[in-house]
Amino acid sequence: MKYSALFGALTVTGLAATGASAQSTLETVQDRGELVCGVNTGLTGFAEQGADNEWTGFDVALCKAVAAAVLGDASAVSYVPTTSTDRFDLLTSGRIDMLSRNTTWTYSRDVDLAMDFAGVNYYDGQGFMVRSDMGVGSATELDGATICIQSGTTTELNLADYFATNGMSFTAQSGETNAELEQAFLAGSCDAYTTDASGLAATRASFPNPDDYIILPEIISKEPLGPATRENDSDWTDIVAWTLNALIAAEELGVTSDNVEEMASADNENPEVRRLLGVEGDLGQMMGLDNDWAVNVISATGNYGEIFEEFLGESTPIGLARGLNAQWTDGGLLYAPPFR
Amino acid sequence: MSDVHAQTVPFVRKSMLPEAEPPARQRGVPLWLRENLFSGWFNTILTILGAAAAIWLVASILPWMLRGVWNADSLRECRDIVIERYGEGVTGACWAMIRERWPQYIFGMYPQDIFWRPTLAFVLLLVAIAPVLYLSLPRKLLIFSALYPALAYWLLWGGTIWLPVMVLVGFALGWGALRLVLPRFGAIVATAVAVLVPVLWWGLLAGDAAQDLQGLVPLALRPVGSAAFGGFLLSFVLGVTGVSLSLPLGLLLSLGRRSDLPLIHYLCVGFIEFIRGVPLITLLFTASLLLNYFLPPNSDFDIILRVIIMVTLFAAAYIAEVIRGALAALPRGQYEAADALGLDYWKAQRLIILPQALKISIPGIVSTFIGLFKDTTLVVFIGLRDPLKGVTDMIRQTTAWKGIYWEPYIFVGALFFVICFSMSRYAMYLERKLERGH
Amino acid sequence: MAASPSQIGPVFRPSMLLYDSRYRSITIQIVVLLLVMAGIGWLLHNLFTNLAQLGRTLDFDFLGRRAGYEITPSLIQYSADNTHWRALVVGLLNTLLVALVGCILATIVGVLVGVLRLSNNWLVGRLMTVYVEVFRNIPVLLWILMLFAVLKEATPAPNAYRLTPAMVEAGQSADASMFLGSFAVTNRYTTMPTPLLSRGPGGIDLGFVNFSGGFLILALILIASILAVRYLGRRATRIQAETGKRPTTWWQSLLILFVPVILALWAMGFYIQVPEITSFNFSGGIQLSNGFVALTLALALYTGAFIAEIVRAGILAVSRGQSEAAFALGLRPGWTMRLVILPQALRVIVPPLISQYLNLTKNSSLALAASYLDLRGTLGGITLNQTGRGLECMLLLMAIYLIISLLISSGMNVFNSRVRLKER
Repeated sequence: MKYSALFGALTVTGLAATGASAQSTLETVQDRGELVCGVNTGLTGFAEQGADNEWTGFDVALCKAVAAAVLGDASAVSYVPTTSTDRFDLLTSGRIDMLSRNTTWTYSRDVDLAMDFAGVNYYDGQGFMVRSDMGVGSATELDGATICIQSGTTTELNLADYFATNGMSFTAQSGETNAELEQAFLAGSCDAYTTDASGLAATRASFPNPDDYIILPEIISKEPLGPATRENDSDWTDIVAWTLNALIAAEELGVTSDNVEEMASADNENPEVRRLLGVEGDLGQMMGLDNDWAVNVISATGNYGEIFEEFLGESTPIGLARGLNAQWTDGGLLYAPPFR
Repeated sequence: MSDVHAQTVPFVRKSMLPEAEPPARQRGVPLWLRENLFSGWFNTILTILGAAAAIWLVASILPWMLRGVWNADSLRECRDIVIERYGEGVTGACWAMIRERWPQYIFGMYPQDIFWRPTLAFVLLLVAIAPVLYLSLPRKLLIFSALYPALAYWLLWGGTIWLPVMVLVGFALGWGALRLVLPRFGAIVATAVAVLVPVLWWGLLAGDAAQDLQGLVPLALRPVGSAAFGGFLLSFVLGVTGVSLSLPLGLLLSLGRRSDLPLIHYLCVGFIEFIRGVPLITLLFTASLLLNYFLPPNSDFDIILRVIIMVTLFAAAYIAEVIRGALAALPRGQYEAADALGLDYWKAQRLIILPQALKISIPGIVSTFIGLFKDTTLVVFIGLRDPLKGVTDMIRQTTAWKGIYWEPYIFVGALFFVICFSMSRYAMYLERKLERGH
Repeated sequence: MAASPSQIGPVFRPSMLLYDSRYRSITIQIVVLLLVMAGIGWLLHNLFTNLAQLGRTLDFDFLGRRAGYEITPSLIQYSADNTHWRALVVGLLNTLLVALVGCILATIVGVLVGVLRLSNNWLVGRLMTVYVEVFRNIPVLLWILMLFAVLKEATPAPNAYRLTPAMVEAGQSADASMFLGSFAVTNRYTTMPTPLLSRGPGGIDLGFVNFSGGFLILALILIASILAVRYLGRRATRIQAETGKRPTTWWQSLLILFVPVILALWAMGFYIQVPEITSFNFSGGIQLSNGFVALTLALALYTGAFIAEIVRAGILAVSRGQSEAAFALGLRPGWTMRLVILPQALRVIVPPLISQYLNLTKNSSLALAASYLDLRGTLGGITLNQTGRGLECMLLLMAIYLIISLLISSGMNVFNSRVRLKER
């Protein structure tokens, strides 16, 4: 009889949670009043959960931005920590509305798996870190080395490809989490540590003697990290994509969280700013949002540059330079399509 | 008299000499040492090796632990303080991280202002399991044990009280239906009705009834989402619900395994062997990845509930084996006596077999719980915050504490040891007590 | 149970399906069967509906695609160019290796500790109790992580074995020196010399594994020698039975055992290759990775603590009269243990031992914590991630583990039925 109790409880909960069958993701999110956002279980600078249980970080900021755009409230987000194993299934099965988890945009993920990428929020690339007293100045000198690598990511394939192309051999030491690999690297159990360059910088900053370690100049892969949504859900993908574009465009146009209120007035001289901030036209309504959606976004999280500076930039211990992630006007790759 | 003695016995001791001390080598510390540590060359070698290992272990860890820093805001600050105190090149533990983050190890991401709720739920848990574990307590307390799950759910997850109450009402309805139908239509129909009525109640009416009652008498706690569960709170929730839900299931499985009906027997054996044959990790991945494929489209429920389901199935297979062992340990005379009294199968099980078998299987159940409790650390692989790796990795990935390695493991390992060790001691005590009683 | 209806008449009424104990068991089984089949059907229906909704099918074609990642260590030939299927096999073999070595080690540790806990050496008894309690009550994942980390911290890097010409000139020696000039314990692996043949016949390449022809010949010679020695022994026994005198055979046996092998080794140019430090690592020689050592050790020590308890309980379960009777017969303690106590204790020990072996095998799925790529790390880890086929990979993973477990438990059950007391 108690067995049925379990079953009954399931039925109750199942019924309570179902009912969102034929709705679009946008409607689901609006009905729920909350965005369910898949983030990393923990990645320095990108997704961190602090002592007060609040989530912060570069990827988290994008969740907040989308929540602000859709619901007008950047705190209306329920974060789901995802592992590299379950992230895609969580998304395709509909348990998260979007995935903002340093996920590399690749062909097979986009085409083969039932998901779409909504853009790139961070241009990364895989690099190497070695101890400086080893006298290695280039990744091409790593023939025969033991290399620490996080399991279950594109980094494994990149590494194998890079060494094969250069006719070198290596021994991989895989690990489930960064912490174990960093300990291994510090203990000298591997000669080089490889992951995305942003991760290398964060890791190096955490070492007792950061100066004893150098990051090699080679970047062996392209890692465009971006938010992902479910396939065949283009309305929702549009919202995520254009929220990201709004953040980028805002930086280009000089709209910051401080000045967004005064910029959002009808007497602003720049017509694109007026359209972006919803003073002119009805760009927001085209997506099924309020016209002042971008104002909500930027006042909640700041523009792309502000987010970068807060979580990754040179004022933080991670201390990343903008590099590829600068605006196209500054020689970077950030290039938001026009808002018109 | 003395004459006689004087002639026949040349000497009679009149007073006892005081007992002499044994020689110096045969007493006190030297004797104990010789008998217990240095009896024979083999034992001497063992002693020296053992002592050396123990001393080496303590000597290599203790100084590092004692140099620990308790007040700091980040790992870097910790390191600077150690260097300032003990000089360049010296390392010390950074307990400041534990000091800052211990609530997350205990309660996970539960809101800090309502820590009293899980704490109260834990204290009430002890009250609820006391009558199960200490057989001398009054049996009436079992009523509280039966109500406890609903109460604990309400305390932990919050929300309206009427939902758990309505779930309990379902059980009551089932019980009532059983009572009502049993005398008229027999056991099989009664069981079917007793299953059907609560399911219908939960499925169709309970939700609305809870809502209406909430409208009439608003009694609700602040709801807390499952994402807030982590640390030892999560381990306890999974372990306790897993084992308690698996008890009835495991009981049925063990009876089924001993059943004479071949189909039932093989189904139960198949289920038990399947669950025991695959690692818990794969079952957890099933909870997080595969369950969705096997449920109706768009049905979705809480990840913790999914994990509880899989953990329950997992524990049920082990509990079934424990109970099967206990059933096998009962003397055959008990079964024969039950048959001789003319009791039917269920009556014999209920009145004669199970009370005895369950009693002697309690130590095994406690051991299963300890095993399950330790295994809850595996939920980290599906992204939940278990105390060992989940919370630790979460903290290690923050900018302030990135790079900390040994301290959290030592802390969590010590806590696990204290909890599991005391439980296993209790199981041993119980085993001894039950042995005497048998 | 009272009056059986068959005595009244062979009339069959439908209600008898429920109330007649002869038919009821069939009714119940049919109902259960229908329910189970309905349940399975429901699950499968959901599965296919969901897959159709996602526009996917259940197919295992991805196993034939290029894996693209490296696995070390690997028991068979493998490179990144091989398929996911080959990667699966490599992982499976790694799992089996850990399970096998782990079970053997755990049994040794368990029996040793179980006996030592009963020792009358106070310190040793206490230390063993501490070991058992500490290992049993802390999650095995922590032990794997800890042992692996300790192994990394406590051993020198391969670089420490390097002796550069500059150091020789300055009269310095390397920071660490190799044991016997050929064994080196490093923080990545333990390396040891390999036996090699300089002019043996070529190998037999089966595609996935390269059998060295020379060693195959050696194995054949060795088997032939052993057979010959056994024949010699049997003949000696026969002569002993006939004449009462056993001919001396030990030197003949030794000759047969060693001379052909040594000759063959000499003919094929046997030599031992000593590992040497090259750019970053040692090359030449066999390498035993630290991940494997840590994982096996952690699993063995953790499971060994449980086995120790089982062994102790088993020994204590043998009644004291048995050992007293054995002593009274004049058996020495060692013989008493071997001939009297252990055979009886085994009956109590073996059934729980089976579940411990199963537990160890299943716990080996935590191998990734020690950077060791087992089945979970390859099929359930990297392959799953690269291909995104969570459903297929997990189903396959469960099926394989299930088969391994069933093999272990059926094998052990055979053993169990052999040591079990025959109940009459």
